[in-house]
Amino acid sequence: MATRTQSLEAPADLQHKPTSLWRDALGRLVKNRLAVVGGIIVVILVFLAVFGPFLTPWNYAAQDLKSVAANHNAPVPPLKFGHLFGTDNLGHDLFSRLLDGTRISMTVALVVQVVVLFIGIPIGAAAGWFGGRIDNLLMRFTDVVYAFPDLLFVILLSVSLKDTWFGNAMDGLLLVFVAIGVVAWVTMARIVRGQILSLKETEYVEAARAIGVSDFKIVTRHMLPNAIGPVIVAVTLGIPAAILTEAVLGFLGIGANPPRASWGTLINTGSQWMSSTPHLLVFPALAIAIALLSFTFLGDGLRDALDPKLRGKQ
Amino acid sequence: MTLTDDDRQTAGAAVTELPDSVDIVTEEGRRLAQQLVDAREHHARKLLEVRNLSTQFFTKEGVVHAVDDVSFELDYGETLGLVGESGCGKSVTALSLTRLVPSPPGKIVAGEIIFDGIDLMRLSKEEMRLLRGKKIGFIFQDPMTSLNPTLTIGYQIAESARIHMGLSRRAADDRAVELLGKVGIPRARERMGDYPHQFSGGMRQRVMIAIALACDPMLLLADEPTTALDVTIQAQILDLIRSLSEEFGTAVILITHDLGIAAGMCNRVNVMYAGRIVETANVDDVFERPRMPYTWGLMDSLPRLDEERGARLRTIEGMPPDLVSPPDACRFAPRCTYVRDVCREHEPALTARDTADHLARCWGTESGGWIK
Amino acid sequence: MTAYIIRRVLWLIPVLFIVSVITFALMHAAPGGPWQREKPLPPANVALLNEKYGLNDPMPVQYLRWAGNLVTGDLGPSYKYLGRDVNDMVADGWTITLQLGVMAFVLAVLLGIPLGVIAALRQNGAPDYAATAVSVIGIAIPSFVLSYLLVLVFASGMHWFPTGGWKGPNTWVMPTVALAAFPIAAIARYTRASMLEVTRRDYVRTAQSKGLKERTIVVIHMIRNALIPVVTILGPIFAGLVTGSFIIEKIFYIPGIGRFYIDAISQRDYGVLMAMTMLYAAVVAIMNLVVDIGYAWIDPRIRYN
Repeated sequence: MATRTQSLEAPADLQHKPTSLWRDALGRLVKNRLAVVGGIIVVILVFLAVFGPFLTPWNYAAQDLKSVAANHNAPVPPLKFGHLFGTDNLGHDLFSRLLDGTRISMTVALVVQVVVLFIGIPIGAAAGWFGGRIDNLLMRFTDVVYAFPDLLFVILLSVSLKDTWFGNAMDGLLLVFVAIGVVAWVTMARIVRGQILSLKETEYVEAARAIGVSDFKIVTRHMLPNAIGPVIVAVTLGIPAAILTEAVLGFLGIGANPPRASWGTLINTGSQWMSSTPHLLVFPALAIAIALLSFTFLGDGLRDALDPKLRGKQ
Repeated sequence: MTLTDDDRQTAGAAVTELPDSVDIVTEEGRRLAQQLVDAREHHARKLLEVRNLSTQFFTKEGVVHAVDDVSFELDYGETLGLVGESGCGKSVTALSLTRLVPSPPGKIVAGEIIFDGIDLMRLSKEEMRLLRGKKIGFIFQDPMTSLNPTLTIGYQIAESARIHMGLSRRAADDRAVELLGKVGIPRARERMGDYPHQFSGGMRQRVMIAIALACDPMLLLADEPTTALDVTIQAQILDLIRSLSEEFGTAVILITHDLGIAAGMCNRVNVMYAGRIVETANVDDVFERPRMPYTWGLMDSLPRLDEERGARLRTIEGMPPDLVSPPDACRFAPRCTYVRDVCREHEPALTARDTADHLARCWGTESGGWIK
Repeated sequence: MTAYIIRRVLWLIPVLFIVSVITFALMHAAPGGPWQREKPLPPANVALLNEKYGLNDPMPVQYLRWAGNLVTGDLGPSYKYLGRDVNDMVADGWTITLQLGVMAFVLAVLLGIPLGVIAALRQNGAPDYAATAVSVIGIAIPSFVLSYLLVLVFASGMHWFPTGGWKGPNTWVMPTVALAAFPIAAIARYTRASMLEVTRRDYVRTAQSKGLKERTIVVIHMIRNALIPVVTILGPIFAGLVTGSFIIEKIFYIPGIGRFYIDAISQRDYGVLMAMTMLYAAVVAIMNLVVDIGYAWIDPRIRYN
């Protein structure tokens, strides 16, 4: 028998368990298997980056020339003489160097994104909020930056400053951070600007203004939290780009200084031994492929999860 | 003498007059005229007979019974209104008629749709496709998004004519120009090469009407054709639909939530609620002698000129029911002011009131019921 | 529309100007000067060279001279290989580089778009998974890594293709594939997403209600609309092709202009670096312009406004 309350329930399409945007998004994200796998691998990579040196008996710069000699003066293959992934022709343990490369890549990812956040967000927000001259300035500036192909600029900057103290600071990594970061913040600024612009017209911003809330508070407390979605996605998708750029720099010899082992440098060295000892090329290639893939899948998953058009849907 | 498909269409199109293209003086013309006369006598049949149509949506939350055992008929050239609030199933009914229900998750699970003597449910997808556009035209609600922004309107109109009527490009374009003129777009020939974004909302809806009528269909489905338009334009568009359907003899199913529109346009009205038809009658009967509390509620909620100023607008309390597991009870019971126990225990059937073609679904208004 | 084109063309000038200034400034900020050698040159020679190449003039003058030369097509000298001009180097290899770039671009579009369309239409079917697999490879494996892997498997391993050089179609295959991998993946992903969007549009329903064949709906009604956003990424894709090409050229020993660029990097040959940076940047800027104009032309909403 039909009860009154049952029939009074809202129809299926109006029913909505009250959830916040985040819980909604998290729910969707978790259902995306690729994204979850990507996320797990990202966590593992970070772990490896942080605890790398403790996971291996070899230092990345150490040279086990004894084993190389014992191996007919050729690079040691994997699982021989205590080298998990083998060594190169100078006795460097590949596994340790891969860990160092992971550390470099993760550091680049982190630092560049920090730069992007701390420079890109304020500038983008300012441009979007104040409009007028400031906005114009930013837009012209970003146009120019877009005109200069990223990689060319990064290479130019790196070559130019490579032989200075700045270029050699932190094993050459400081220059890498700056070179990549200088170009990367621009995209973030544009995204934030766009978000602020569209949020500027909303009613709750009008209301806040009417009450007399200060501009700064409006932007930081009311608008930015709403803009966070695209920001998160941009950060997550910007990381593989940064890692890739760093690898290219390493490959070209203008990245991290030896004996630091950027994945790019490893690939460069590995390519020279390609026909005889492919493991020197294959393992670094795998490493970079895994890193790029997992961040990309995670970023894709975040983008889909935070897509406002999918709000409330399963 | 057998009636060809074209003849049947022509017959359906204008029972009262021959199409302009036919010249009676010729042998051919005389033959066609004779066929028409015969055809009139064959018109005991209806253009559309829908029997026990049920369409459901299979979602994660359950099976939504969007259209539940709906039956109705439509005569050649008649205008029928499908009236009801949002979510009552009227749009889904129209989509079901042309089998355009999005197929996951929707599905027509039961029923027959007999159109011009053919059961559409038995046609293959390809046969159905050939009918669409040619015999059944569709006007959608939002003219802003229903037209393809990257094709000229001339192309979009002529496309139907080319495909279904086998016209050459030039002939199809000519026909498109003619149609544009008929729907009231000035300087039609010049505007053939324009894109939808270059037209206003009302004009775009006129273009949609031209597209729907391009192949002179027997039936026009108009899903809330004026809801997205300015009030001032609404009347023009409705007038246009009415005059064109009269001119071409096209039957129209007009879907709307606005009773006023139904009153002005339709010969008959089906009132829908929660996936069911709850009342059906010719337009005068529905408005003068409604026999179902929901219909009264709808009428009542229309603001009237002779009311006191400042009086509150009347609404029907409550919300439409959950279509996922409809109970065996009158679906309107929770909101009905005349409700009694029997309403909550068994669902009433559609039974006649006053005349054989005025049906309502309500225990209370049946003969012997408690509502007078 | 013509106003739009003119504006975009004129915009090239300030853009290239600023790029040139930045390039010039960066190169002259580098320490050591262009005459650094492993074995340092005697100071007398250095002084003579500076005089000969006008390096004692004030910066603005040097810049104007350099920029002026650029505009007339003189790319300047190499500072490592005295007596060699960048123009000579470029003349040597630009057709090859161009050919590689065009082939990769065409391959990317011809493979990427259909892959994306089919993946969208047959969601979760075999083509979708194939497209995803291709995307995965294109995105995850950087072009230089993919190059080596291709050589390992198909050249050294299966001897289908030679390991390098540029003689005949045989040598064109692997470099083109390696260079095009990422663009194919990016275009396929973007096209797929765009097609999925379009599937949800109302005008698709209208087309269905007209009784059009599915193929007609997809090809005439949907793809046009889906491709419009895809065109916007063609600019960055092309930029990526240009900047990826020099790496591929090095790996496959292709005699294009890329090898000069890479050598200039390791040797700190500022003359060549500046010139080639400007060259690459100009090509990218012009291609971006072409893409922008193409975009405006395809979308009638922009064309007729």
